[in-house]
Amino acid sequence: MSDTDARGGLPEDRDYPAGQGGPGWAGQPTGEEQAGPHRVIGTPAPATARTLLGTGQGDGGPQPPPELPAEPADPGKAKKAERIVATCFIISMLAGIGFIAAYIGLEVHSVDAVLRSNLALGTSMAVAFLGLGVGATIWVRHLMPEVELTEARKPMASTPADREAFEETFNEGADASGFKRPLVRRTLIAATLPIALAPLVLLRDMGPLPGTSLRYTVWRKGTRLITYGSNTPLRPEDFGTPGGMITVIPEGYQDDYDALAKAATIIIKFRPGELQPPTVMNWTVDGIVAYSKICTHVGCPVALYEQTTHHILCPCHQSTFDAPRGAQVIFGPAARPLPQLPITTNAAGFLVAQSDYTEPVGPSFWERG
Amino acid sequence: MSVDRALEGVGGALDDRFRGAKGFRTLFRKIFPDHWTFLLGEIALYSFIILLLTGTFLTFWFQPSMTEVVYHGSFTHLDGVRMSEAYASTLNISFDVRGGLLMRQIHHWAADLFVAAILAHMLRIFFTGAYRKPREVNWLLGLAMLTLAMLEGLFGYSLPDDLLSGAGLRITEGVMQSVPLVGTYLAFFLFGGAYPGSQIIPRMYIIHVLLIPGILLALITAHLFIMFHQKHTQMPGKGRTEKNVVGAPLYPYFMAKTGAFFFFTFAAVALAATFAQINPIWLYGPYNPVAISAGSQPDFYMGFLEGALRMMPPWEWNVAGHTFSFNVFIPAFVPLGLIFTAAALWPFLEQWITGDKREHHINDRPRNAATRTALGMGAIAFYGVLWLEGANDVVADHLDIPLYTTTRIAQVAIFVLPVVAYIVTKRICLGLQRKDLHLLEHGVETGIIRQLPSGEFIEETRPVTEEARAVLESRPEPLSLPPAESDVPAPAMRGATGRLRERLNEVVNESVPLTESDGYGGHGNGHGNGHAAEVGHGAEAEHAAVPAAGEREAGHGDEGGGGGYSATGSVTDQGDGQSGS
Amino acid sequence: MGWITARRRHPAAGYAVVLLGLLVIAAVYSAITGGGGAASAASPAGGPQAQIDAGKGLFGQDCSSCHGLEAQGTVNGPSLIGVGAAAVDFQVSTGRMPAKGPAAEEPRKPVALTTAQTHDLAAYIQSLAGGPPIPTADQVNPAGADIALGQSLFTADCAQCHNFVGAGGALTYGKYAPALDPSTPTQIYEAMQTGPEAMPVFNDTTITPSQKRDIIAYVTETRALPNPGGFSLGRVGPVTEGLVAFLGLLFFMVLAALWITAKHGKAHE
Repeated sequence: MSDTDARGGLPEDRDYPAGQGGPGWAGQPTGEEQAGPHRVIGTPAPATARTLLGTGQGDGGPQPPPELPAEPADPGKAKKAERIVATCFIISMLAGIGFIAAYIGLEVHSVDAVLRSNLALGTSMAVAFLGLGVGATIWVRHLMPEVELTEARKPMASTPADREAFEETFNEGADASGFKRPLVRRTLIAATLPIALAPLVLLRDMGPLPGTSLRYTVWRKGTRLITYGSNTPLRPEDFGTPGGMITVIPEGYQDDYDALAKAATIIIKFRPGELQPPTVMNWTVDGIVAYSKICTHVGCPVALYEQTTHHILCPCHQSTFDAPRGAQVIFGPAARPLPQLPITTNAAGFLVAQSDYTEPVGPSFWERG
Repeated sequence: MSVDRALEGVGGALDDRFRGAKGFRTLFRKIFPDHWTFLLGEIALYSFIILLLTGTFLTFWFQPSMTEVVYHGSFTHLDGVRMSEAYASTLNISFDVRGGLLMRQIHHWAADLFVAAILAHMLRIFFTGAYRKPREVNWLLGLAMLTLAMLEGLFGYSLPDDLLSGAGLRITEGVMQSVPLVGTYLAFFLFGGAYPGSQIIPRMYIIHVLLIPGILLALITAHLFIMFHQKHTQMPGKGRTEKNVVGAPLYPYFMAKTGAFFFFTFAAVALAATFAQINPIWLYGPYNPVAISAGSQPDFYMGFLEGALRMMPPWEWNVAGHTFSFNVFIPAFVPLGLIFTAAALWPFLEQWITGDKREHHINDRPRNAATRTALGMGAIAFYGVLWLEGANDVVADHLDIPLYTTTRIAQVAIFVLPVVAYIVTKRICLGLQRKDLHLLEHGVETGIIRQLPSGEFIEETRPVTEEARAVLESRPEPLSLPPAESDVPAPAMRGATGRLRERLNEVVNESVPLTESDGYGGHGNGHGNGHAAEVGHGAEAEHAAVPAAGEREAGHGDEGGGGGYSATGSVTDQGDGQSGS
Repeated sequence: MGWITARRRHPAAGYAVVLLGLLVIAAVYSAITGGGGAASAASPAGGPQAQIDAGKGLFGQDCSSCHGLEAQGTVNGPSLIGVGAAAVDFQVSTGRMPAKGPAAEEPRKPVALTTAQTHDLAAYIQSLAGGPPIPTADQVNPAGADIALGQSLFTADCAQCHNFVGAGGALTYGKYAPALDPSTPTQIYEAMQTGPEAMPVFNDTTITPSQKRDIIAYVTETRALPNPGGFSLGRVGPVTEGLVAFLGLLFFMVLAALWITAKHGKAHE
């Protein structure tokens, strides 16, 4: 039974009587007529000559018929095709020259110039390649005679004899190599193990250990809040319109992306009475509340503030936070609310932080707890 | 002829040194089967070559550095803006290097086409069963290359350090951070410290231009060599058997066709690069970690990960001072892991279920492997839901669907749609099998109506052509698993796994059988007009009043129950000669 | 009459009847629909008080049904007390107001009132309790503004809703941040100033008037910027690019593959 043969194998071939489809004489079109080059009398029947592409040594025997016909089936069509192919190639050549001319002739250095240059270079390149592609395709389809040839497959598995011979060679070599001696074998493996681990060890200095750095930002007591972009400090009366929201950063860090990646903050102005627990009221000033701008999901800046619903929406994965109520999560994959930055005013009346955030900002991590 | 002289001259010189005449002759006469789906892999191959060429061009100008510079180039909107050298050099390529924008766009479009072609090629291989023995290794190589291609693309579009791709990097860092135990270490080691640091762009650069292309080149070479050595599969048809390859020789046919296809690939990406703007980084602006744009998506091949992140419920578990971020960890790794693990194991799982250890060189028609095709469609549905959800804010905005609704729909569809897809596809395949059987038995309608002397009208049919017959009849004969011997199951069939195997085998082998012992006639009692014994001929008098009853009978046969049918089909002369033994 | 009945079986007769019916409905609808424009009183010459009075008249006619007779607000529309002339000018000049009915978000639509009438209305609302005035032409003129700073401010404060060039984006519950292509500099200024619908308020001390001009310059210049790489595909990003990759590129390649491998002669069954 073949079903569970360990090696499987190729099933039996189906018998095709010669001339009935299958391995056909080269040059026979797949239609009904039997056009094409004719056989030379005395040579083997086409079917048998075709079934297996042999070595074709042919020394001393009768000349085997050519495997591929020289001319396509329809010479008239071929002539027409030749002209079309030539036209395609000439168009391609002209486009190629056009490409070089456009490169030399068209400058860049402004958006409009780049537009023109891109259009010219790209169109000429595309036409050049299309010409080649279309021409080559028509060439294959109409200038090359259609053939259907057959080649034999051998089963992928080697013959049992070959396998045995290999096994013998392998075993002989293994014996001769002395690898069977346990002492040298084991010590060899022991020797290579540290060297194999060495590349991993060499990567240690790729980065510092995280330590506790993820738990803190650069906000400190007294750090002024400045608006991002204009870098100006704010007084509460400057930010006095209810429904206002703006991005603020710690003063002095406007060019430090490493610091800003954790310290970016948004402040929102609410009307009296709108802010509720769990928002910490001691950390707000006059209805102005500050939340971390780094989403607690995977760290996108979350600043889509809907004035009407008081929701803060993160555009990346739609985590939604309820701003008047401590930025609790009300939709989306974020698991924790946005940390609130304790703010107050300093002696000069500017908004400042009371301290750093009291919990780690941004995405959760294993050691966060 | 001068050609002969050239052959003797140069060819002779080479042959004197390399003894190539016999090898090259065999190579030139190698037969390549022809079907348009066989060119899908070539799209990927030629896209890769285009990527290498355009990528080399880009490396001559790109600066993989995060050092801040002030921009004073030709894009005046950003004049005076501080940005990384990487971003500035990309602006330079786009606006101050002739052909630069074209090369950048060709590079990016070719990258998209590369992955799209790999996916299409992978689906073709799957649905035709071309991953079966002896091609399992090639399948695994292909999966490895798909993974590398996705990674390569991710790093590639992140190199310019623009706002959009920078957001993607931030998400990558957040995902890495969420990995239990080692997450923070992984993130700090990759980024050289806290995010964003100054190491990530140069590190991604060397991985993108050296490491991954090198590995890809090696894998592609192995993939092609294996395909060469094992010979390509072929579609079922007249004269095609498991023991031959039918087609046209490499020289000159296949060379010409593949060359033409290379030109087409290049022309396609050149056209796209001319008329469809891609990755306009000058509009995104340089990256800064304080800003984000609405509608931020990664390139399409990362979309399914993005969708998974969006639809995940907010599960997090804090215990003993440690945090399990299921809301990040699960969507980042589970769908990816599921799809790739299932794909990698599938050839071996299918072998186990069907017990089929034979070599296969004839492709299956997808309809004839109904369970496999249905599973594939289920997987596509699963992937597709994740993919669409990844674009859900763009979908919500442009199709006027409320934002949260899209996520709710996705959360339900991810479980429901694959099941529905499986069921529907399976039924469609079985229906198509029935249609094939009908064609074989009754022939093709000619549209010619004749009136019989008895007064009734019939439509003449003619038997299908021989080529069509060969295709319609090509069905691998389903094998049965090791049979029980007098009540004791075979060793491979014992225990819970054995029973599972048997049950799965039944499901996989569900099909409309082609044969009864006397030729076709899965109808059981035939049409009553005496043509049950006629194998596809004799069409005239009997086809007029084809009763629905006969068709219905055939429809019941595939449940693996009742009289005359067996789920594994019976063994008679089949078109493809796979009669086992 | 006889002329019509004689042609009642003409092939075009049915179409003519339908067309006539549509014309009748259109005429009746346009007569009853609240366009209010041409038919209402023109803005009178005379001082600001005349303007306010005209505005009050318009308000009572077009707005009070949702916003209350004293603009105090009802269940259908918020209070307009203190919103200022800028808010009125924004809402009316973009056609959002008068609204057709309650919606998740009022869309921009064809403008119902003339500029003079809009200003009258705005003057009336301004007279109730003050608020941001309509900006002057100088305030909104982007000439000479710092586009680079505008880009920086826009990406930090606006792009998360409106997208990196202002192509728009989705909000929750059917709301959306609209595309900024049709917005005039005045409307952009007013929107920042008054925070229409879900948009937050960016008053002059948070984003200064000069910075507002920079943002306006960025938006107007960028939307006018040609796309050197080809069609913009909506400036939405990789979503449309991915669609083009599959439906354009891969599809083209499949067509090429079909052509290259096609056989000659009759189609096979």
